[in-house]
Parts: sequence; structure tokens; C-alpha cells
Amino acid sequence: MAYITCENLTLRYESLTVQQNLSFTVSQGDYLCIVGENGSGKSTLVKCLLGLKPADGGSLTFGDGLKRSEIGYLPQQSSIQRSFPASVREVVLSGCLNGHLIHPFYTKADKARAAAQMDCLNITALADRCYRELSGGQQQRVLLARALCATKKLLLLDEPLTGLDPLVASELYGILRHIHEDHGITIMMVTHDVENAVRYGTKILHIGSTGYFFGSCAEYRRSESGRRFLGDSLREEHCAGCEPKHARIQIKAEEVHPE
Amino acid sequence: MTRLAEILTPEYVSVILLPALIAGVAVSLCASLLGVSLVLKRCSMIGDGLSHVGYGTLCVAVAMGWAPMQVTVPVVILAAYVLLRLSESSRLGGDTAIALFSASALAIGIFASSKANLTTDVSHYMFGSILAMTRGDVVFSAVLSVCVLLTYLLFYDKIFAVTFDENFARATGLNVRFYNLLIAVLTAVTVVLGMMMMGALLISSLMIFPAVTAMRLCKRFRAVVLTAVAVSVGCFLLGLLVSLWVDTAVGACVILVNLAVFAAASLIRRLMPAKGQ
Repeated sequence: MAYITCENLTLRYESLTVQQNLSFTVSQGDYLCIVGENGSGKSTLVKCLLGLKPADGGSLTFGDGLKRSEIGYLPQQSSIQRSFPASVREVVLSGCLNGHLIHPFYTKADKARAAAQMDCLNITALADRCYRELSGGQQQRVLLARALCATKKLLLLDEPLTGLDPLVASELYGILRHIHEDHGITIMMVTHDVENAVRYGTKILHIGSTGYFFGSCAEYRRSESGRRFLGDSLREEHCAGCEPKHARIQIKAEEVHPE
Repeated sequence: MTRLAEILTPEYVSVILLPALIAGVAVSLCASLLGVSLVLKRCSMIGDGLSHVGYGTLCVAVAMGWAPMQVTVPVVILAAYVLLRLSESSRLGGDTAIALFSASALAIGIFASSKANLTTDVSHYMFGSILAMTRGDVVFSAVLSVCVLLTYLLFYDKIFAVTFDENFARATGLNVRFYNLLIAVLTAVTVVLGMMMMGALLISSLMIFPAVTAMRLCKRFRAVVLTAVAVSVGCFLLGLLVSLWVDTAVGACVILVNLAVFAAASLIRRLMPAKGQ
């Protein structure tokens, strides 16, 4: 049984139906990248998965011992958080709340768990620093540590690379790979970075305005939507009379592991 | 100082000043705790809106001859709930909803009180009169404040989570709507209590000033909360003292002391070298 099974899901944004008959599964060990045009329903899908919004049709079931509240969620950052006076430790600890919704305070085990996740993401030295004073990459690590506190099984990341420079972004890919391979945590990631999605992911869910693709990365490369999306990102744009001067520079992502 | 010594006869202290002190400290405490969440959630205006609703209800209650506090508390709690739902569904923006709401409530109150020719009786709820609180009012305030305080402490960790990131909190299975409602209800209770002492016009600033002062100085949530409480209680005591000394309205003095402390904190923040990465 898969962690998450979606069958014939309908996604609606306001009153507009953006996606119909969407079916896919997420099983233990997957690294699923969700790509697609703006407005195709990616964020709505995330909201449905987390239960922030009911599905507008079809079914969404959780299995294999995964409960909905055990998804580790890395949201897009809001402007409120960027100015919030809180220490790194306080933010990371707040990921432990789903363990005990009745118990009023954090337990010793929670604190140990938070400390372990901070260690894993190499932010222990920042524990008493103020969250709003950190760089974008550091903030993302803090939110990732919080998400890891909330899950032992599955991470759901909503455009985690927004606003990060290429170096920090490739660092984040390294961290995710470490979490995926060494900690055995299943990853779902919404992203616009199709090239790296194909490079690091094991499966792709491409949702477009006319339909969707779900399958392995190799299948995606051969599929029409994959060729179009990957091809688009490599095509030079220039006007008819010009010769393109520069070949597109591709940054080869270094494999960065957290020390 | 001689003036102070003249005023502070033992009888005055035990009958008027001590109850005022107890009620004032209790309300300042609650106001600053909740103020931190309200300011951080970007809904500081809720306090203001509720105070208008509270004033309107008080006017109606007095005009009808009902017990003012006991009628106003439940009505303002209801108003807090409605305001929250309105700003959630947000076809109307949250601030627009508050503005409409508070103006209407105020209008109803003024209508009722002028119909019953009560303008002088209710005007002290507009500006507050902590030294005129009855023993019953003080006991009621103290008990409610203790309830607010205990509830806040009990849910501290969850209130942090909901304030910092609502969506994440909801995703981890926290009943965010309940906690938002809890914050609104506690705010409503505090606003009504504060209205007796600070007046409807000033109570919302009693919530906001200590919070923003603390946010200038602190970098951790817990430190912000504790500093806000200290600032709030300290400013209240100092403000009360000043008002006795120069014989002016207590509410105004407390807020002016808060303003001075806020200005000082801003200055300190400006002068402190920014900590390097």
C-alpha cells in the first residue's frame, strides 16, 4: 500500500476547475517532483494533501502507516515570518507539536528530536539566533528542520528554491538527497526547476492545463510534456536577425553534503 | 512629592488605590500577552474594533439598566468571533470588516445613550476611570485576568505555532481555528476589562505598545513575551503614579509612559550596532 493514493482527483481554484481525473501514488522511498505551469493547480494540490482544503472530487487516501498530520511540510515563506522575532530553536521545536496535541508543553523527547534535526541540518550553532536575521538559505534549513521534526516518513516541499541563489539551491538539493537516501524519508517537492527535478527525482508528476503526466523521470524525458518542458528550458530566445552570441551556460550543480 | 503624601492616606490606599492597582496590573499583564500575538499576526486593529463594540454595548447596557460588565463581556466575545470569521472569509478585507463593525456598534451605543440621556454617565467608559471601579468590578477583573493568564500559559506553545505559521500548524493537525478563536475570546475579555480602567479609546494601545516595544529589543519569542509583560506592568505602575502626582487621567498617563518607553526602545535599537552574520 502506498503512502498516498490519489484517484480521479478534481482540483478547483476559486470556482475554476484546474485539474480533473488526477491519479497518482506516492510510495515509500519515492522522490516525487511536481512540476507544471503556473495556475495548473500545484498549490491547490498541496493544500488538498495537507487537508488545508477539501478535495473537490475524487479520493485521496493515506496508507502504509502514514497519517495526514505526519507529513513534514515546508511551506512557501510568508512575509510575516520574515519579520518574526523568534529564535531558531523555537521555530524548530514548533514542528514537534503534532506528537502531542493534548499535552500542553514540549517534552524532553521533543527537545531531543529538535536538537537532532538541527544537528542533521548543521544549524546547531544558530540555535539561539533570531530567525529573521538569517540568510534565505539558513532560513530554509530552519524550516526544513521543523518539517523533519513533524515527520518520520514524508516531506512535502512547496517551491523550496524560490529566492535562493544557485549555490544555495544546489546545497539544498544536496541536503534533500542526504535526507532521502540516508534517512529514508520520502520526498514530494513542488518546483519550477525541471532540469534538477529530472536529475534528482525518481518520479515526476507534471500537471498542465490540458492534462497530466505521472511516471518515472526516464519516461518523462520521452513524454511529450517532458520534451516540451525540458526542451523549452534549453532553447535560446533570439530575434530573427541575430546570431545567438552565447551558448547557454549550464551550472553544474556540485554535490554538496552537509558537513 | 508632598502632594503625593497628602493624597496617599491609609484609607485612600486601601479603599481606592489597592483595588485599582490589582485590577490594573492584572489587565496590563493580559493585554501585553495577547498584544504580542495580535501584532505579530498583523491584526492589531481587532483590539481597537472590539473596544468600540464594547463601548457601544456598555452604552446600551447602561441605558437599559443592565449590569454593564456582565452584559458586555459575552457580547464582545461574540463580536470577536464574528470579526474573525469575517476576516477569514475575507470577501471584505479584515480591516474593512473591523471598521464597519466598530463604527456600527459605536453608533448603536451612542444612539441608545442619547435616547436615554445618559451621555455623562457613560463617558467615563470612553476615557476610563480606574479609581472609580467598584469592589465587584475589581474582583470580576481579577478573576477573569487569572483565567486569561492561565489559558495563555497552558496554550503558549500552540499559540506560538499558530502565530508563526498558520498553514504549517494546520498541516500538523492543530485546530488552528480553535486557537484563533481562543486568542480572539481572550482579547475580547481583556478589552472589556481594560475599558473600565483605560477607556475604550486607549485600551487597544495598551495591547500594542508593550508588544512593539518588546519587539524592538528582543529576538526570541519568549523574550518578547516576557519583556512585553514587564514593560506593560512597569508602565502601568509608573503611569498611575504620575497621574496621582499631576492629577490627570490615569489611562492617558499610562499610554504616555508607554510611548516614552517605546521611543527609548527605538532609540536603543537604532544606537545598538547591528549584529553581524
